[in-house]
Amino acid sequence: MSASVEIQEADDAVERPLLEIKDLAIGFTTSNGEVNAVRNAHLTIMPGETVAIVGESGSGKSTTALAAIGLLPGNGRVSAGQILFDGEDISGASEKRMIELRGNSIGMVPQDPMSNLNPVWKIGDQVRETLKANGLPSGPDDVAKVLSQAGLPDAASRAKQYPHEFSGGMRQRALIAIGLSCQPRLLIADEPTSALDVTVQRQILDHLDKMTTELGTAVLLITHDLGLAAERADQVVVMYRGQVVESGPSLELLQNPQHPYTQRLVASAPSLASRRIQAAKELGVETDDMLAPTETAVVKPSKADEILQIQNLKKVFKLRSGLGKSTDFTAVDDVSFSVKRGTTTAIVGESGSGKSTVAQMVLNLQRPTSGKIIFDGVDTSTLNSKELFAFRRRVQPIFQDPYGSLDPMYNIFRTIEEPLRTHKIGDKASREKKVRELLDQVALPQSTMQRYPNELSGGQRQRVAIARALALDPEVIICDEAVSALDVLVQAQVLNLLAELQSRLGLTYLFITHDLAVVRQIADHVCVMEQGKLVETGSTDDVFDAPQQDYTKALLNAIPGARLMLPPEVAVA
Amino acid sequence: MSTYILRRFLQLIPVFLGATLLVYFLVFSLPGDPIVALFGDKPVNEAVAAKLRVQYHLDQPFWMQYLFYLQSIFTFDLGQDFSGRPIATVLGEVFPVTARLAIMALIFEGVFGIVFGLIAGLRKGKFFDATVLVASLIVIGIPIFVLGFLLQFTIGVQLGWAKPTVSSAATVQDLILPAIVLGLGSFAYVLRLTRTSVIENMNADYVRTATAKGLSRFRVVRVHILRNSLIPVITFLGADLGALMGGAIVTEGIFNIPGVGNRLYRAVLSGEGPTVVSIVTVLVLIYCLSNLLVDLLYAWLDPRIRYDN
Repeated sequence: MSASVEIQEADDAVERPLLEIKDLAIGFTTSNGEVNAVRNAHLTIMPGETVAIVGESGSGKSTTALAAIGLLPGNGRVSAGQILFDGEDISGASEKRMIELRGNSIGMVPQDPMSNLNPVWKIGDQVRETLKANGLPSGPDDVAKVLSQAGLPDAASRAKQYPHEFSGGMRQRALIAIGLSCQPRLLIADEPTSALDVTVQRQILDHLDKMTTELGTAVLLITHDLGLAAERADQVVVMYRGQVVESGPSLELLQNPQHPYTQRLVASAPSLASRRIQAAKELGVETDDMLAPTETAVVKPSKADEILQIQNLKKVFKLRSGLGKSTDFTAVDDVSFSVKRGTTTAIVGESGSGKSTVAQMVLNLQRPTSGKIIFDGVDTSTLNSKELFAFRRRVQPIFQDPYGSLDPMYNIFRTIEEPLRTHKIGDKASREKKVRELLDQVALPQSTMQRYPNELSGGQRQRVAIARALALDPEVIICDEAVSALDVLVQAQVLNLLAELQSRLGLTYLFITHDLAVVRQIADHVCVMEQGKLVETGSTDDVFDAPQQDYTKALLNAIPGARLMLPPEVAVA
Repeated sequence: MSTYILRRFLQLIPVFLGATLLVYFLVFSLPGDPIVALFGDKPVNEAVAAKLRVQYHLDQPFWMQYLFYLQSIFTFDLGQDFSGRPIATVLGEVFPVTARLAIMALIFEGVFGIVFGLIAGLRKGKFFDATVLVASLIVIGIPIFVLGFLLQFTIGVQLGWAKPTVSSAATVQDLILPAIVLGLGSFAYVLRLTRTSVIENMNADYVRTATAKGLSRFRVVRVHILRNSLIPVITFLGADLGALMGGAIVTEGIFNIPGVGNRLYRAVLSGEGPTVVSIVTVLVLIYCLSNLLVDLLYAWLDPRIRYDN
């Protein structure tokens, strides 16, 4: 092949690219004919180099990567272009040839550590078969060596365990071990850490960096996180709707994005943005009075009283262990904080820190073991069923998964109208008027009313969930990971919407999230939780600028891209 | 694990009591006088009838009859059927025959259901898949007695490949055709279940990861797709063993097999309470035990399931 001739850069002139994708088009056969998921994609990876493909879901970034290892789903195929691996076009290679290449020439680290290990086989078995299939020695010592290189402590005994006995981080280490076990020349890492907590994410990526550098492995990193891409990769390729819109050296691309999409991506990447969304501050909280309907008008948002007080909250779960015995697990331990009316308080923590349990207790969906939740001066545990009904009207949730929290059998009108009907508010006509207003507020067209959740995008669904939460004119909204499932651009839109609604309606938010970058954008106050305990609390600026606790520092440090220096005019839209 | 098994065995006690009581009550409630029925067309000899009533406790109220029955069970004397033979002997004759038939049916539906289901799943949407799917629908749709008579006539009578009826010895060879008839319905279910399960697993992330490791297609299918797909199938097969034992009545009728179903049918017709209850109770116990076996198999197949800490 003459691919090497085309290399322009003087330094690399003698070297042939390890992977070169040229004019790649990938089509999927659907019931509506062929759909092109990727068009005219091109990228080049030199040996030992790390290249990141960045894009939102549906941009074709994973599809491109899967094509390079011949793992397109059944109805997908390369319809044009070339994938040159070390000069050999593998876009139309036989399955036999691909089996030869996979493992020892091209390895893969998949996205979700929970679903990518076979639950019925021991970890060791799953490593062993990889070594064996690629003709490498596969004794117990070899397996243990591979696992310990990936940073798994106690590898020999861990190899005898099943995936469900591993934490997410450990599973991902096992998958990295598998991906690198046969020392491939190219490693495809498809969102290798997006399912993990941020501190674990940092450790895993550091380790992956170290291993690939030692082995001289080239890495094709797929990510939706621009900050992470810039931090880890030499080159960044930005994909949008199946096309490569921009590519170049990471920092250069970040500091001087050319394509409008890249510019928007840089502007809204939460890990790069550094300031609270300003909408609330600019509009001023006072504007509320004009818009607030009957119920909330009684409450003067101007008086900055503490609408929610959490006092020594504790939740103990009984875990069954053996016959009739049980051990206590303290999910929330002596947590106290208060939330001022019209402000946003964020509870941050990793999975298992107890933050969602706090949210459930504030929503009165779970009873605290001890401690009090005082809402507007009343202890919520003393409410009788009628008072609880009234309480529910004033405190509304927005949940994480916009796919799961809307009833697929209800159209959007019925979804938003349901709380009004439940609380017997207004007649049919006035309820319809209210639904129209709510749709306006969340910037959805009126025609949405007749549609069903499966016809809407993730961002639109989350807007519907917000409209539903707003239907009863609540005072407090509990957002449990409300933007975590959304792509960055959509996430930014929803956060903006929440900030705007807060300033217009005087809403109080309790924001549960694992994502510190989001906290910085939305919150006035931050509570950091670790293993059920509140370790640090303070205003967002204080916590971010001068964190007191080591844990908070570790969390902040682990935000991908946090250490990148960008000109401020780029970072803030 | 051992405490779990012990607990499951203890659970059999209330199941046993409840099942016997319920079945006894149902038989007691049957209309007609079984003693009168014994005389057939002949005039009823009141003296003999009264003697028989006392012998079978039929002169007692329901509760007393039930307690007499329980007493006989715990003294290992199940009593006699109406022809005067010990019920224990009757059970010893009929259960081995039906067990042989049910296990043969189970092997047939398991082996062929899984193999056909796996191939159909791997070739989803292709000719083989479509053919097998339609065929399985037809099998599910046709009642077992129609299929039974059809196969008995074509294979047994016209083609002469198998004996159309079963000898009193009910050898394995005799039972091949009846076992196929008995297993056909479940075969179609096993096939469809395996197929669905295989298709689901084929798209699982860990199967893609296994392929990315460089494994051969054969190994991916055998190690990663097949074993995971078998978990729901094994559950079905285990539960089906009990159903096959109890559900063989029609098949045994068609092929005149001297098994549980035939004897149970006759006992119900003649109102022989103790015989019916004895047979049904053994069936219930077999059902419970096969379910326990399934749960243990389940834990063996899927390491995520553990019954004790």
